[in-house]
Amino acid sequence: MNLPLIAFYAFAAILLFAALRVITARNPVHAALWLVLAFFTAAATWLLLYAEFLAITLVLVYVGAVMVLFLFVVMMLDINFDKLREGFWGHVPLAAIVGALMAFEMVLVVGSREFGGDSVASPGAPPPGHSNTKELGRLIYTDYVFPFELAAVVLLVAIVAAIALTLRQRKESRYQDPTEQLAATRAGRLKIVKMAAEREPPATPPEAGA
Amino acid sequence: MIPLNHFLVLGALLFAIGVAGIFLNRKNLIVILMAIELMLLAVNMNFIAFSHFLADPGGQVFVFFILTVAAAESAIGLAILVTLFRNLKSINVDDLGSLKG
Repeated sequence: MNLPLIAFYAFAAILLFAALRVITARNPVHAALWLVLAFFTAAATWLLLYAEFLAITLVLVYVGAVMVLFLFVVMMLDINFDKLREGFWGHVPLAAIVGALMAFEMVLVVGSREFGGDSVASPGAPPPGHSNTKELGRLIYTDYVFPFELAAVVLLVAIVAAIALTLRQRKESRYQDPTEQLAATRAGRLKIVKMAAEREPPATPPEAGA
Repeated sequence: MIPLNHFLVLGALLFAIGVAGIFLNRKNLIVILMAIELMLLAVNMNFIAFSHFLADPGGQVFVFFILTVAAAESAIGLAILVTLFRNLKSINVDDLGSLKG
């Protein structure tokens, strides 16, 4: 047994345990924290596959952003979790049967000798000086540049949708209406009133030459 | 070195755990979203394993796009969840029957 294999078994055990705790945890906050552990361990196994960029991205994007979002939402909402857990044990037999069957079938297929060490040889470690990030960057900005821009559009749509869904219009909030601002004319703002002079003209006009 | 099928079996087990999680937590929308994240992680694991063993970095680019879409999905899912909780005061899936579907 070499060191990478031992490391892989350790990471796989932690990953599966964390995943099991995610789906069985009583408190969703704990489930989210176990999911953080699962993502972290998955990033470690990706490092064993020399996918350094994606491992770091998984930690930054998932642990740093998505899971924090999950934790925010779980903690912000005032939910009675005990009520949601009713019937949990009733679902266990069905879930166990379906999950075990799926796992059994998939392991039969992908765990077979066709995908084993003899048929698919590992290319081994990349040569020294090889940069996974550089390789991915070159691919993304050449062959996959159109999907990359589409991904940017997807993110933009997600931003707009998330804000549009959660933005609340409050009655006392003040805001500008640019249409109304542009439609303003001089007549609407300024009114010139013709009126008689208030002061009496002097009774006697001043003498000429004075 | 670690053979390919180790990673594939790990991905398969992770995916099965995600599916079982959806069955188990049928009422809790938040945990269902987390189970979906687990399944996406399993798929990404397969992509990266094949990408390494076939020496084709295109698989890693796909994982990159899956991560993007998954992040967008969870952001919108949580936004829907917050809106739902505001209107129903509950995130129980059984309470979402207003469309009578």
